[in-house]
Amino acid sequence: MLTIENLHVAVDGRSILSGFDLDVGPGEVHAIMGPNGSGKSTLSYVLAGRDGYDVTAGRVQLDGQDLLAMAPEERAAAGLFLAFQYPVEIPGVANATFLRQSLNAVRKARGLDELDAMQFLKSARARMKLLGMTDEMLKRSVNTGFSGGEKKRNEVLQMTLLEPRLAILDETDSGLDVDALRIVADGVNGLRAPDRSFVVITHYQRLLDYIVPDRVHILARGRIVRSGGEDLAREVERTGYADYLAPAA
Amino acid sequence: MDSAVQATRDAVEALAGEKYKYGFVTDIEADTAPKGLNEDIVRFISAKKNEPEWLLDWRLKAFRHWLEMPEPQWAKVSFPPLDYQDAYYYSAPKVGKRPESLDEIDPELRKTYEKLGIPLKEQEILAGVAVDAVFDSVSVATTFKKKLEEYGVIFCSISEAIQRCPELIRKYLGSVVPYTDNKHATLNSAVFTDGSFVYVPEGVRCPMELSTYFRINAAKTGQFERTLIIADRGSYVSYLEGCTAPMRDENQLHAAVVELVALDDAEIKYSTVQNWYPGDENGKGGIYNFVTKRGACRGRNSKISWTQVETGSAITWKYPSCILQGDNSVGEFYSIAITNNYQQADTGTKMIHLGRNTRSRIISKGISAGHGAQTYRGLVRIAAKAAGARNHTQCDSLLIGDRSAAHTVPYIETRNRTAMVEHEATTSKINDDQLFYCRQRGIAEEEAVALIVNGFCREVLQQLPMEFAVEAQKLVAISLEGSVG
Ligand SMILES: Nc1ncnc2c1ncn2[C@@H]1O[C@H](COP(=O)(O)OP(=O)(O)O)[C@@H](O)[C@H]1O
Ligand SMILES: [Mg+2]
Repeated sequence: MLTIENLHVAVDGRSILSGFDLDVGPGEVHAIMGPNGSGKSTLSYVLAGRDGYDVTAGRVQLDGQDLLAMAPEERAAAGLFLAFQYPVEIPGVANATFLRQSLNAVRKARGLDELDAMQFLKSARARMKLLGMTDEMLKRSVNTGFSGGEKKRNEVLQMTLLEPRLAILDETDSGLDVDALRIVADGVNGLRAPDRSFVVITHYQRLLDYIVPDRVHILARGRIVRSGGEDLAREVERTGYADYLAPAA
Repeated sequence: MDSAVQATRDAVEALAGEKYKYGFVTDIEADTAPKGLNEDIVRFISAKKNEPEWLLDWRLKAFRHWLEMPEPQWAKVSFPPLDYQDAYYYSAPKVGKRPESLDEIDPELRKTYEKLGIPLKEQEILAGVAVDAVFDSVSVATTFKKKLEEYGVIFCSISEAIQRCPELIRKYLGSVVPYTDNKHATLNSAVFTDGSFVYVPEGVRCPMELSTYFRINAAKTGQFERTLIIADRGSYVSYLEGCTAPMRDENQLHAAVVELVALDDAEIKYSTVQNWYPGDENGKGGIYNFVTKRGACRGRNSKISWTQVETGSAITWKYPSCILQGDNSVGEFYSIAITNNYQQADTGTKMIHLGRNTRSRIISKGISAGHGAQTYRGLVRIAAKAAGARNHTQCDSLLIGDRSAAHTVPYIETRNRTAMVEHEATTSKINDDQLFYCRQRGIAEEEAVALIVNGFCREVLQQLPMEFAVEAQKLVAISLEGSVG
């Protein structure tokens, strides 16, 4: 489903990713762990198409399409979803307006009918209930004045509405208490399907108790330095990242 | 939702997305005065309208005064000097007599209004909007007059009002904006051809939104409407004007005057959605929108609230103001101004606090894209007797791209030590994080800009009557087309 080959990325002339490879098959959940500043968010932004990240080499394909040649909104239409580490506030824009416009833009691009206000509300409310969100969250401005936990739930709500092919979750666990963590994990697990894949970026092993990954990768020094099963996450939790920071002897 | 409101929305929706959707010209036989401006033209207009002697005298005084007046120079806008002799000052659709019912209106004219999405049909009237439509210079239809008459509300063209209630006109015309006020207003006083008149009697809450649509159709025609609204003691009225004009290469002058008078405990809410032709991407053509709007809160506890959405015109020059004479009176100014391509806007308000405990609130949202340039220019003046006066001003500017400009020029004059005046101003660029967030969610860049800008303007959009808020949001989107990428 997602294939990343020899990806090199620089920001302001500084190399962040160098020779990053990853292969995520349909229905798989891959976890990417790594120390702060190792380039995890950079990876997610490059995949989503944010400006300011120079791809100096490499290829990325989603379902055989050249992802890097597409505009961010085209990537979204193709099924790529990014749950932001820091969800963005949009003052004055009601969350409901934003979610519906987003959903309809994606549905339109996928050749589906757009939802009217009633259909949208029905769909959103059903999902919000599962995420423990109240109706009030639809009236408030997008992420504006939301607590950390509310923002992350709002990201997961969008993910469940947009039903992506590939969802990237960038530290969705950070800032969540255990209850919220469980709700968010339930949201993700409820979406798991044979034709849907996840890249779960996290700094801590904790989340992976709830979202059990097929593969775990350690990102350090611009590339994946080690891959393994779910045990690798527990190992890293014990030993820390220090070993991975120094160049291999 | 109400079917008429829906119909209006659908009409707008159908048109949304086009470049300038009102750029068609209607083929109508017009009754036009010779080109140029002189005393004979003033007499011609007055005679056409069968006006009383005093009004002709007033016009002539204005005209003579106008000849001596310099052009206003304070605004931060630039344009070649106006050639007043190269324009027509009177152009009326030829319809013989004034239509008695909507069916009598020239079908071509009806079509024009349909294209504009203006509800003239009876069923749409049920939406609770009474419409007075001013075509070039003459009011062609005032709908729903009967219902208003039951309440004693007079809503008609100002020409008709001059015949029907000359005492009111004589008492109030020019009482807020005197004919000596400024060059554009003085010209209007000399040559105004039509406009709307509203009188709401004592204690009456006007049962529906009143609305006028202005349209400039004929080439080289100036439009000089004059609107006068009087809210008698304890009354309330909400009034909305919308404006469009066809695409033309030359610049056309629109110099309107609006006067509002609110007596004791009365309230006037005046909303404008101005979408005159803004000129093309290279700044060719477009309307010069030089407008004088002023309201007098004459009575105690009276209130005047201006809301404007200014998306059109090549140049906008207007400062809807409030003179807060009555004790405890309240003035409000809510403004959205958008300048894209080569549009220029110099707009703001004046809040003149004369009475005790008078309050004013100013919220201005300026959005500049392309080579657009705009200035917020505001004056808050607290007179010596205005003990306890309060003002709060908030001016936010949003820049899109790196060739647009925004300026804020607030003047504050306080002569009373008990007054409190607060001014906040921000200038920001459209936020890349917000844009990327929207695009990651599948919303294309241009739509994302419109969404973010609508959010930026929300406090002002909320002030508009419901039916028009939707239209205004679409207009915001349309006027920002081509501003990114
Ligand atoms: N927009 C940016 N401008 C400058 N430096 C950046 C930018 N984004 C990331 N970086 C730098 O790239 C490195 C990787 O950052 P990031 O991808 O956020 O790491 P992580 O998410 O793993 O903590 C850091 O050194 C960070 O300072
Ligand atoms: Mg990060």
